[in-house]
Amino acid sequence: MPLLEVKDLQVRVEEREILHGLSLTVNKGEVHAIMGPNGSGKSTLSHVIAGKPGYEVTGGQILFNGEDLLEMEPDERAAKGVFLAFQYPVEIPGVATMTFLRTALNAQRKARGESEYSTPNFLKKVRDVAASLNIPQDMLRRGINVGFSGGEKKRNEVLQMALFEPSLCILDEMDSGLDIDALRVAADGVNALRSPDRAMVVITHYQRLLNYIVPDFVHVMSKGRVVKSGNKDLALELEASGYAQFEEA
Amino acid sequence: MDVALVKPTTERATRELFAAARDRLPGSGPVSEARQAAFDDFARRGLPYRRIEEWKYTDLRTLLREIAPLAATPDQAALARAAKAVVARDAKGAYKLVLVDGVFAPQLSDQTPETGVEVRALRNILENNDVAARADLLITTAASDTMISLNTALATDGVVIDVAENLNLSRPLHIVHITTQSSTAAFTRSLLRLANGAHATLIESFVAAEGAAAYQAHDSVVLWIGDGAELQHVRLVEDAHDAANISTAIVTIGAKARFNSLNLTCGAAVSRYQGFIKFGGEGSHADVNGVNLLNGHQHGDTTLVLDHAVPHCSSNEVFRAVLDDQAHSVFQGKIIVQPDAQKTDGKMMTRALLLSDGAEADNKPELEIFADDVTCGHGATVGALDESLLFYLRARGLSEKEAQALLIQAFVGEAVESVADDGLRDVVIEAAERWLAARG
Ligand SMILES: Nc1ncnc2c1ncn2[C@@H]1O[C@H](COP(=O)(O)OP(=O)(O)OP(=O)(O)O)[C@@H](O)[C@H]1O
Ligand SMILES: [Mg+2]
Repeated sequence: MPLLEVKDLQVRVEEREILHGLSLTVNKGEVHAIMGPNGSGKSTLSHVIAGKPGYEVTGGQILFNGEDLLEMEPDERAAKGVFLAFQYPVEIPGVATMTFLRTALNAQRKARGESEYSTPNFLKKVRDVAASLNIPQDMLRRGINVGFSGGEKKRNEVLQMALFEPSLCILDEMDSGLDIDALRVAADGVNALRSPDRAMVVITHYQRLLNYIVPDFVHVMSKGRVVKSGNKDLALELEASGYAQFEEA
Repeated sequence: MDVALVKPTTERATRELFAAARDRLPGSGPVSEARQAAFDDFARRGLPYRRIEEWKYTDLRTLLREIAPLAATPDQAALARAAKAVVARDAKGAYKLVLVDGVFAPQLSDQTPETGVEVRALRNILENNDVAARADLLITTAASDTMISLNTALATDGVVIDVAENLNLSRPLHIVHITTQSSTAAFTRSLLRLANGAHATLIESFVAAEGAAAYQAHDSVVLWIGDGAELQHVRLVEDAHDAANISTAIVTIGAKARFNSLNLTCGAAVSRYQGFIKFGGEGSHADVNGVNLLNGHQHGDTTLVLDHAVPHCSSNEVFRAVLDDQAHSVFQGKIIVQPDAQKTDGKMMTRALLLSDGAEADNKPELEIFADDVTCGHGATVGALDESLLFYLRARGLSEKEAQALLIQAFVGEAVESVADDGLRDVVIEAAERWLAARG
């Protein structure tokens, strides 16, 4: 059974159709890249998978391990293993990052019927993951993403991904705003999570990221549909020719 | 509602109540004269209602209707029930001073604290003929207000605390008000005097013993903060959800002194907390913050008057309301800058978070500025929880309630963070958490 099956998905935002019958199948162990021009609907797709309110699904289906994902609340999806690293992570002043991480992790574990982490175990886990991503401890003492640079916010998303150990990781432009060194560190973090039980969907505009996180499949999205799929060479092709050929289609 | 009809009924009932209570009210001579004068003032004006500007959002003639009969002196059974409630509200390390149904309960209170701190029951002082000027204990410097008058007339007891010069009190003082008798009213009056250079923390809690319902807690506290003294003040109103709490704080701040105050109201069907805070000496600062956490049909009113009577003082007011269901929160903040009070810095910021369409927040800032070289400002916002923040948290596995709770805590935190002491701040945060947990 595929991990994620998006079938003929049609989505509207404020009366305007953004996704016009999008299909995508992701199996465990695979890494898929999604590329496509601005406004083609990449973030919309990721939001609908994660369960963001404000999107009206007018047709199609999303199955996750064979279950109807669209029937679930966002927190149920998270507990079942869906993780979205946001293109624009929000700042939440007054909610300490550590408190948040711990509440979230334990909420997910509880929903899965697992025991909660003890404080020492939790702290150790966060410290280890943060160290591997070059995230200083004092960042974790601040409010969620408050005063973080663009790159730091993205690294904080990867930190959460490593902490929650989801089975489906959707990375929406993880590379935007990262300098070259930070990109390598973040990509290493993502690669460390690659496993036969886990799949990744990497949304990006730049082929460069795919040198670090090498995809099994590359899809081109245009105007709310997947218009072409291929292997990693498709990304190189796009880098050379741009999206013009798909825009006209 | 026909006010003309209601007033005489209430007045007659209250006159009967006062007559019936006389025997139980401590003090004679000048004390009872002061009570009579105060009662006459109340009787003449009646319960405040919407045409009285200071009470326009909190019409006690409709919200309270009448003053409940005075609670009886608590018996052993009542004290035993109160003892249970005290345990549940114990603030770690504090000296407990417990008032049950308006009567000081030494058996539930801690022994008089350390040298340099004197704690006495108001009743004992009023009844002791040796104490000079004891009627002063019932007379306030605050603006005339009918509910203060009523409190003066009917106060049965309270605690009178004196802290000696330069004493740094090692533990907080915790006045715990507990009601055990349903459908009764208790009237208390307490005083805290910090001599020059003294430092102290005062916590005031209002709670119900299990099963106590539909009661009225009427309290006034008079706080004197000497020159160079510092008072950290926290109030927690966690009364039964069908009770009323009508409280006044009258605060006078000396020179180079600090007053740091936080009121948190999450209990009572109807509550009014009015603070009259006056700067009497130069170079002082006051943080006067408030939090209302209300749901159901609760009505919570915080009304503050900051009187900058002297130059070179600063005040900062931060008020937060979190309102669910049909709850109604009122914040009225008046800053008075007297003609001499140059270099006054007075700020006021209120924010309300509406968790439902039926909730309502009223905000009335008033600046009365008679000096020209001052910095005063106020601001207010009303809004719902930010959907994008909620979604971020939910996408990480938090349920809707959990996500709301974290955002509410952060919102409330802006008013609570001025409480410098970690332990004391935790006392407040725990009260807020109890409210959040009760939301389910
Ligand atoms: N809340 C919204 N209201 C109105 N239009 C929206 C909303 N969200 C998205 N859209 C529109 O949907 C289209 C797809 O947006 P989306 O963010 O999914 O694109 P994208 O492929 O992620 O673009 P980018 O590469 O710039 O991130 C855009 O035209 C956008 O303006
Ligand atoms: Mg996007």
